[in-house]
Amino acid sequence: MIRIENLVKTFGRKRAVDGVSFTVERGEVLGFLGPNGSGKSTTMRMITGFYPPTSGRVSVGGHDVAEQPLAAKRLIGYLPENAPSYPDMTVEAFLRFAAAMRGFDGAARSKAVARAIDLCFLSSVVRQNIDTLSKGYRHRTCLAQALIHDPQVLVLDEPTDGLDPNQKHEVRNLIRELGKSKAVVFSTHILEEVDAACTRAIIIDRGRIVAQGTPEELRARSDLAGAVTLDAQGASVEKLSALGRVEAVNGAFRIYPRDKSKAAELAAAVIELVSREGWKVQGMYSERGELDEVFRRITQPDTVKA
Amino acid sequence: MRAIRIICQRELAGYFTSPVAYVFLVIFLLLTGFFTFTAGAFFERGEAGLGAFFGWHPWLYLVLVPAIGMRLWAEERRAGTIELLLTLPVTAWQAIVGKFLASWLFLALALVLTFPIVLTVNILGEPDNGAILAGYLGSLFLAGAYLALTCMTSAMTRNQVVAFILSVVICLFLILAGFNPVTDLLARWASPAFVDTVAAFSVITHFDSFQKGVIDSRDLFFFLSLIGFALFATGVILRGHRAG
Repeated sequence: MIRIENLVKTFGRKRAVDGVSFTVERGEVLGFLGPNGSGKSTTMRMITGFYPPTSGRVSVGGHDVAEQPLAAKRLIGYLPENAPSYPDMTVEAFLRFAAAMRGFDGAARSKAVARAIDLCFLSSVVRQNIDTLSKGYRHRTCLAQALIHDPQVLVLDEPTDGLDPNQKHEVRNLIRELGKSKAVVFSTHILEEVDAACTRAIIIDRGRIVAQGTPEELRARSDLAGAVTLDAQGASVEKLSALGRVEAVNGAFRIYPRDKSKAAELAAAVIELVSREGWKVQGMYSERGELDEVFRRITQPDTVKA
Repeated sequence: MRAIRIICQRELAGYFTSPVAYVFLVIFLLLTGFFTFTAGAFFERGEAGLGAFFGWHPWLYLVLVPAIGMRLWAEERRAGTIELLLTLPVTAWQAIVGKFLASWLFLALALVLTFPIVLTVNILGEPDNGAILAGYLGSLFLAGAYLALTCMTSAMTRNQVVAFILSVVICLFLILAGFNPVTDLLARWASPAFVDTVAAFSVITHFDSFQKGVIDSRDLFFFLSLIGFALFATGVILRGHRAG
């Protein structure tokens, strides 16, 4: 549904997006990760037709965004960064405006508005002015606007930003649910969201894609992936060292596999060693790897001068 | 057309859900009253016409129209709603025209609410109502021209105050180019042809003929092309921000 080829956007001398290509099909939820200022929002603005690309192509549902912007925009529901909305309108008036702009009239319009209100849990504030709402409600109002025409493509720029943990949870569930029938791209810098909602993730840094894959694939790139953490009485570093590199962690031992591709065998080897030595096991975990670590390793913090 | 209508409706409703509309209407009506009757010496003139009323409009609009138009794009940019608006299935010019029309309609409403003065002259004497109608039409186009220029300055900045000041300066220039004291000053050292050329760019020159009851196609063309140019420039400016 979304096809991006070699997208470049420059602002003056700065290359905000530098040769990004990817595709998102229906039924996929693509998580777009990256540090602040890495080009996530700029890329999304080009997908939605707000920024014309400096070079490269974006097509949505087969329509080139630069050449057939209206056809492309009709397919897209977009939640811009910081969820802007018109503060002097009521939630209902705002959604009715969005519905009208999406071509709904009369009963269909009321129905679309009611559906969006329901989907985003806004029923308690429909008659309130948007500027009197809390940040969470304002955010969801803007999200409702993006969903009003049941779009085939959803582009959400930090959809959970500023929400409390319960709201975050709800929005993630909503994204996962919507992702079953739509093509969804959402950006975030909260890594747990990738696990919670994505089928695939792209990590972008300084305008370039630095990693992509399913959350499992990305996690497997972590040093920690495949390591076994063992908390057992009687265990000693010397004996465990036979299996791999050992590190003491809070009174337990963490054994890293020598060869990542044989990580599965490590757990079996540890169990065998434990039973042979007769250690008393209090806990044993096989590590899946941490996205945090992968993220930190492959992206450059903006506090470091490039 | 549909998109223009919906954007226009939203914008117009926006005036009335905030105090802006009411404050503006009250001040506009008070000021027109003051200028017409006190500063314009409406009664002392002894004429059954609205010269005292329309004569002040270029000056009154100089401050009031930028006040109405300054938020059009500056506020959209500041609040980020421009991103929402322009990613809806509309073209930029539909959004520009829709927002412009909303403000223009609002100014038209303000103008309609000055009807008591028309009643007054009709009670006191027998004015040329055709000329009054032409005067109103001229006034509306004058307001439209100022408004389109304010649209343009509003697109240049996120700051409404900057937009306001810029448009006041531009509109002031358009007044002064044809303002008698200024043209007299110019005539002292420049050729009459030059003075006429400068004056031709002034809204005053074109507005005056409306007041006399003459609807000249050249004057209409002047105002319409000024509006068209300013709105086109608005589009170019908005596109420039996004092109980076």
